[in-house]
Amino acid sequence: MEALKQELKSKIVEVLNLEDIAVADINDNDALFGDGLGLDSIDALELIVMLDKDYGIKLVDPKEGKTIFQSIETMAAYIGANRVK
Amino acid sequence: MVTNKTYIESFCTIQNNEVVLNGESVFKIDSTAFADFSKKAYQHFDINYPKFFKMDSLSKLAFLGAELLLKADNDPLVENNTALVFSNKSSSLDTDVKYQKSISDKENYFPSPAVFVYTLPNICLGEISIRHQLKSENSFYIFADFNPVFMEQYANLLLETKKADKVLCGWVEYYNEEYTAFLYLVGKQGDFMHNEQTLKKLYNN
Amino acid sequence: MIKEVYITETNCITPIGFDVATNIKNIGDVVSGIQLHHNSLLMKTPFYASIIKDADLDLAFAKVTPATHYSRLEKMMILALEPILKKAKIVLNERTAFILSTTKGNITALENQNAVEPAYLHLLAKTIADFFEFKTEPIVVSNACVSGVLSVSVAKRLVQSGAYDNVFIVAGDEVSAFVLSGFNSFQAMSDLPCKPYSLNRTGVTLGEAAAAVLVSKDKENAKIKIIGDGSINDANHISGPSRTGEGLFRSIESALAEAQINSNQVDYISAHGTATPFNDEMEAIALNRLGLEKVPVNSLKGFYGHTLGASGLLETVIGIQSVLENKLFVSLGFDTLGVSQSINVIEKNENKSIHYFLKTASGFGGCNTAVLFEKVN
Repeated sequence: MEALKQELKSKIVEVLNLEDIAVADINDNDALFGDGLGLDSIDALELIVMLDKDYGIKLVDPKEGKTIFQSIETMAAYIGANRVK
Repeated sequence: MVTNKTYIESFCTIQNNEVVLNGESVFKIDSTAFADFSKKAYQHFDINYPKFFKMDSLSKLAFLGAELLLKADNDPLVENNTALVFSNKSSSLDTDVKYQKSISDKENYFPSPAVFVYTLPNICLGEISIRHQLKSENSFYIFADFNPVFMEQYANLLLETKKADKVLCGWVEYYNEEYTAFLYLVGKQGDFMHNEQTLKKLYNN
Repeated sequence: MIKEVYITETNCITPIGFDVATNIKNIGDVVSGIQLHHNSLLMKTPFYASIIKDADLDLAFAKVTPATHYSRLEKMMILALEPILKKAKIVLNERTAFILSTTKGNITALENQNAVEPAYLHLLAKTIADFFEFKTEPIVVSNACVSGVLSVSVAKRLVQSGAYDNVFIVAGDEVSAFVLSGFNSFQAMSDLPCKPYSLNRTGVTLGEAAAAVLVSKDKENAKIKIIGDGSINDANHISGPSRTGEGLFRSIESALAEAQINSNQVDYISAHGTATPFNDEMEAIALNRLGLEKVPVNSLKGFYGHTLGASGLLETVIGIQSVLENKLFVSLGFDTLGVSQSINVIEKNENKSIHYFLKTASGFGGCNTAVLFEKVN
């Protein structure tokens, strides 16, 4: 689980072009959207693509993303339970 | 139509790893890729706007030019009615090609929404509008070359019909590491007459 | 003196007709161009879209010219413009401008690895301009989904300022793997034919079309007068519309102020209505802020899908016909109102005297355009 969290942090920084944020700066429970990392709706869509591409998870309802993408913690838990690759 | 005189208040060109503001070189580095050049320019001008790094090259180019011309001009407390009239030759083709490559394997593709959104040339107008809070007239045109006649006509008619108080005009061309930005702010005062001859001269310098 | 500006000719090429009369007949009979397509070259899974049949296009095009080297989109655009040029009999000199409006042009050329050149929009415009022998350099308007109606605004302003006497406009876009995959990546595609303003709407259905008009200073043969316009950015987000509808609100406000009419004088609104949850909601908010919530409104996307850069001009062409024939057309796909503020969505074809007509559109990049039209007597 720790390894997956680290992996997600580096992927988020890289895929979402978070130029001014270092992987070490992201805490497991930081809010990814809103006041936390300040991600926006396009970032959320990118994360949906990432779930599909890297972990084989297809979200049926994009609204599910809201709970899944709360933090690194919630993302890792969801991916851990649902990944097919 | 009786024309009130309009002027070029300030202008800026970005090409060959150099930024020239009102005729003076304000930033230049040795030959490098655009991603590196634009990042160094961002740092040099002390722009604190992380969204910059999410933009495609065309938007970065337009954004940098607008940053230099609007920074001095804008009081954040006063709403500015500065219109944006931009144009180029290659539209968003640089990003279009990148996006098309990402869907070339139809059996196994994961197109990126963050890339797709930049496959429209006018997205750079949105980026500038958001940054400078310009709830103003904006439009994007494609020509084979910088078209001073059209640009002058359109900027003037926006001013004459009071659809805008000022007009930020731009030629922002980017394709495959080749780029030229020429931006200028048109208003009621300034050192240069706003006409075809001046535009040609400033563009070619 | 500011000149008065009119639209004197219109035409459109769509899956439900290759001229205005056929389109209006099909809309009257509630025939939609949207169908289920199984075409793995466009998308892996079956999808709904409004697509012109190649055989119909080629047959119609062969009647105009024996030349075959034109792309699908070029054929659509030439077919849209050709009867207008023939009918208008205007000398193509330096007083006649040509505007081409598109979002993606010949983007399908990129599917062929080494063919970037044909995807250049100024070359597409040159191809069309050369076919008709326009003398002035083409003006390409490429401003996302407002392109089509923005081109009407640009033409009107150019004629008004005296730069030109006549402006021919053609607007067109095609359904392609490029736009289908892109809208899909935005989770913005509807599984069923789109349902603008409805409670159970889930997104857009894409479509393709070309439309053409002649904008002129001459009142003779005028179909409608263009009396105001605005094209104002939300300054909010590059893909999501403003939650308050700020840019659309201001665009309509600007058009009303220029026309010197009040919002309660508007008789009919042809809105954007893409059927994405956010777009339709934003429009309802903007219309309410302007006191336009009682005015009959439709989205023609249920007939044509979202035809991108063509949509604003195509919907203007159909809207002009509404004014000329005093007919309100059903907002196809609508059932239960699904926006938070009430608007008056047209539920069936009906007769109504229309004097003032408002056309709006909004798009990526935070852009919005509104153009106001007045009936000519």
